Amino acid sequence: MGRIEVKDLHFSYNKGEEILKGINLSFDKESTAIIGQNGAGKTTFVKLLKGLLKPDTGDILILGKNTKETTAAELAKYVGLVFQNPNDQIFKNKVLDEVMFGPLNIGQDHEEAEENSIKALEMVGCKDIYNKNPYDLSLSERKLISIASIIAMKPEIIIFDEPTIAQDYVRREKIKAIIKNLTENGKLVLTIIHDMDFVAESFERVIVFQNGKVLMDGHTKEVYSHADILNSAYLEPPHITQLCNKLGYKDTFLTVEEFIESKQSLRQK
Amino acid sequence: MKKIVVENLKYKYPLTDKLALDGVSFEVNEGEFIGIIGQNLAGKSTLCQSLVGLVPHFYRGAYGGKVLIDGKEVLKSDISELALKVGMVFQNPFTQVTGAKLTVYEEIAFGLENMGLSRNEMIDRIDYALSLLDIYKYKDRNPFDLSGGQMQRMAIAGIIAMKPEIIVLDEPTSQLDPQGSEEVFKAIQALSHEGMTVIMVEHKIEKIARYSDRVMLMHQGKIIDFDTPKKVFSRGDLKEYGVLAPAFTRICRAFDIKDEEGFYPVTLDEAYDAVVKING
Ligand SMILES: Nc1ncnc2c1ncn2[C@@H]1O[C@H](COP(=O)(O)OP(=O)(O)OP(=O)(O)O)[C@@H](O)[C@H]1O
Ligand SMILES: Nc1ncnc2c1ncn2[C@@H]1O[C@H](COP(=O)(O)OP(=O)(O)OP(=O)(O)O)[C@@H](O)[C@H]1O
Ligand SMILES: [Mg+2]
Ligand SMILES: [Mg+2]
Repeated sequence: MGRIEVKDLHFSYNKGEEILKGINLSFDKESTAIIGQNGAGKTTFVKLLKGLLKPDTGDILILGKNTKETTAAELAKYVGLVFQNPNDQIFKNKVLDEVMFGPLNIGQDHEEAEENSIKALEMVGCKDIYNKNPYDLSLSERKLISIASIIAMKPEIIIFDEPTIAQDYVRREKIKAIIKNLTENGKLVLTIIHDMDFVAESFERVIVFQNGKVLMDGHTKEVYSHADILNSAYLEPPHITQLCNKLGYKDTFLTVEEFIESKQSLRQK
Repeated sequence: MKKIVVENLKYKYPLTDKLALDGVSFEVNEGEFIGIIGQNLAGKSTLCQSLVGLVPHFYRGAYGGKVLIDGKEVLKSDISELALKVGMVFQNPFTQVTGAKLTVYEEIAFGLENMGLSRNEMIDRIDYALSLLDIYKYKDRNPFDLSGGQMQRMAIAGIIAMKPEIIVLDEPTSQLDPQGSEEVFKAIQALSHEGMTVIMVEHKIEKIARYSDRVMLMHQGKIIDFDTPKKVFSRGDLKEYGVLAPAFTRICRAFDIKDEEGFYPVTLDEAYDAVVKING
């Protein structure tokens, strides 16, 4: 059994408009990207995983615990969710207090919480602003603070809802490294994201949501080799894959580096 | 005609000790599509706010130099008057929602209320903007019940409905799905061809390369370069400014594929043509 089991999940906010229409998924270790059209139900899905919303019908098991029978407070020890909009998450007047709030809330003692928080701030490259007021920070910094807040809680399952919003190239690389590091340390990382190049460079598994259902689920290379299906879901392959498709190459290349390496070794032969 | 003229603009937020804009000068013609790129904290949003007058009228702080919109100085104009000419889509769509309106439709109407439009004209514009951003079907939904991408679409629709002469967009597609961002770039380009002047900040470098007439590269409050996408993205030192060239340019650079003028391709089509030409 995987760390997360989702069985025939249905959910609606209002009667008569079903948002999630029967989802079956299992997650264990593989770092996974969830992609899909605006309004497909991605954020709703991860709010259900975290127990902030409860299924209409069907079940979600987190480490064997059914979210219907477990409080959101209990689940917070195992599942961390970085919200799409950092303003929904941030409410303290000092960065360090903000990051420490979650760890303290799930029972870490003060010393432990402070240590984990400072480490997490270091990881996202925001240690030098620990004393600032989050409201004075830019959107990109607030997003990093909200990521640190979740990492400091050390949950086994970490979900990022669009972590790269507003991030420049250097910070995108940093977030990539964080995801890799967490995965190597045995965490399950799920990430909702619209940046297809980032997905191709960072994740082992890709799940495509469309209109409340799972349209595709597979290894990254496999999913990105289906340009036609992606198009029907308002998505597109990574830029390098688009170029290779247009040139009629048979292999699917996922990153610029991979492509350059392969062609250069051909030339040398 | 020069639509925007900025002369040696210097600006510092209150209670800070560093210039957010440090001697910025440039001119933009009517109907141009300008893409602004640069690393986090380079000053992109601050420059945007100086065009709509939030800098300095709302933020205060120390201000030097001049910003002229259609020949009129921003420092001497008031924000509500400027708002009729220059519309802005903010970096975080959540902060743009008024919170005062119950539906998406009313939210879009709100911006039009003080423009002296006839009822029919208002309805036409709202319907047009909602359809353009593909959110007509959510017109009766509460704005706070929208998904992130839907909310960002609403923020763009609200400004487009006002038909400003100049539109300033600060990372308007950061939460849109891939085809949605492509559609927004296409729509904005079409508006620029009709004469709207466009200033767009984006980290989506392949789109900036494809749709901008000129690209402005900012770093530490200064303009490093302001030229055609080909020239800017053919620079060898982009990484020093925290910017990655488009994927297509990086590939062509690796294989030294240049055009006749010595610049690297920056778009999918250009890269394709260049590769085909070489392979014969
Ligand atoms: N609180 C709510 N009440 C009613 N409908 C809602 C609510 N929140 C979201 N919705 C609707 O549910 C659908 C799914 O929304 P969700 O936020 O899960 O989408 P998403 O896949 O995360 O999209 P995006 O890529 O734009 O963030 C959307 O059509 C949205 O308008
Ligand atoms: N409201 C504010 N108060 C004080 N300083 C600010 C404020 N907004 C921005 N700054 C500072 O001004 C400088 C430029 O920031 P700005 O937000 O314009 O950068 P940016 O290029 O838009 O960055 P990003 O890519 O993160 O959006 C930074 O040093 C920033 O810390
Ligand atoms: Mg979402
Ligand atoms: Mg900005």
